[in-house]
Amino acid sequence: MKRSSITDVAGPPLIVLVGVCVVWETTVRTFQVPAYLLPGPLQIAQAAWSTRDQLITAMWLTAQAALCGLALSILIGTSIALAFSQSGFIRRGFYPYAIFLQTVPIVAIAPLVIIWFGHRFLSVVLISFVISVFPIITSATTGLMMVDGNLLDLFRLHRASRWQVLLKLRLPNSVPFLLTGVRIATGVTVIGAIVGEFFVGEGAKSPGLGYLMYQKQILMRTDELFAAVIGATVLGVVVFAVVTVVGNRILARWFDQPSE
Amino acid sequence: MASANSNWLIRCQGVNVEFSPDQIALRDVSLCISPGEFVSIVGPSGCGKSTLLRVAAGLIAPSSGTFQLAETATQSHRQRVAFVFQDPTLLPWRSVTGNVRLPLELTGSGTGVESLVAETVNLVGLSDQDVRKRPAMLSGGMRMRVSLARALVTRPDILLMDEPFAALDDLLRQQLNEELLRVCRSNNRTTLFVTHNVSEAVFLSDRVLIMSAGPGTILCEMDVPFAYPRTAELRSQPEFARLTGEIASRLRGTAE
Repeated sequence: MKRSSITDVAGPPLIVLVGVCVVWETTVRTFQVPAYLLPGPLQIAQAAWSTRDQLITAMWLTAQAALCGLALSILIGTSIALAFSQSGFIRRGFYPYAIFLQTVPIVAIAPLVIIWFGHRFLSVVLISFVISVFPIITSATTGLMMVDGNLLDLFRLHRASRWQVLLKLRLPNSVPFLLTGVRIATGVTVIGAIVGEFFVGEGAKSPGLGYLMYQKQILMRTDELFAAVIGATVLGVVVFAVVTVVGNRILARWFDQPSE
Repeated sequence: MASANSNWLIRCQGVNVEFSPDQIALRDVSLCISPGEFVSIVGPSGCGKSTLLRVAAGLIAPSSGTFQLAETATQSHRQRVAFVFQDPTLLPWRSVTGNVRLPLELTGSGTGVESLVAETVNLVGLSDQDVRKRPAMLSGGMRMRVSLARALVTRPDILLMDEPFAALDDLLRQQLNEELLRVCRSNNRTTLFVTHNVSEAVFLSDRVLIMSAGPGTILCEMDVPFAYPRTAELRSQPEFARLTGEIASRLRGTAE
């Protein structure tokens, strides 16, 4: 398996970004577009620099919420998948709902979470969790269930216990699937955190990216709003890149390298 | 059939396997295999060869009839039997050593077995440099050797092999055939070997059973008169060609 560095993952999107910025700046200057409608990238960069402390604090807060949500998803999603793999009844009974719940739009759940848990950081984490847990449940369940039938026969032949089948066969087999699920979840967990922050609003002690965006929109500070959007994009890319690189390292160590 | 043979290790009498009323895999299969015998099963696709092997492994229970292994004091049925699948069927996250050790771990004897594992790995022709490699780093032939080592590590009385070399090129297959014979004959291991390849069956076996399909049953059996140890030269002898041809023509008869 090819190991990817951060450059491999983040390089191409950066090149596209630079190209878009050049076209954008030229267009804004040529047609003299008002700044409150569409500020140019240079103005946005200036706004980002002048609000950098606020922006970095917001990104850090959103990152914390997103990563807590992701960690919770991995923990609870994997546990649910384990329960699914161990009981046909549980799997048949609950799995259709797990699939169904994936299709519920996150914005529909966010207000409920806030009613139940209040305007605070925990609610943001939970909204981020709700959106990222289902990809993990489905991929981990697939990994635990999609075991080579011959390997199951081999384990049966040697009278392996249910516990041995789980620990020595199903769990290791699910690792690549789980990593794929985590990668999908990472893409949505940042979105979940930002959407959560939209709804949580002023309740949070210091605003995350979502609430920052909301504030800037009210104040019509379009340049600073753009700066926050870019902050959210950078955060998404960084979190995704880190998870992808770590995932690929784990996979390479899992399958392609000599063992210790 | 050789069911009158009193010195048997495997005895199968009137075995029927029905997956459903209109899906009969085996009908009235009887056979008797002596200790140390190498028996191959050839037959068209879908004739129940693999099903018969799985019955022998205890993985499928016969719908009727009996399948017996001669009693010995030491080991239970399943531990006396080892199975080699058509694909190497290795755990991709484990090293060669880890894969070979697996059956010992499952039967609760996984500790203090390093020398046994190393010995078995060497027996199938893998080098000390290979033992830490993962399956993805090995060639198809080497993976099959690991699979064979995993089967042999429990020192089974009976080795069941389901077309183990079908995916390998002919040269490698012939080489592994010779090594398999060396391994099996050196400690008189009883082997039941399923294959599509008639020449492979003749080269390896004391006896070749020919199965026919729809439903699967044993059509006839042919004794292979060549003495062991057998070497590559055997394949070029006229008698070998004659026997191979005869079995092939009987097989063609089953397909028509």
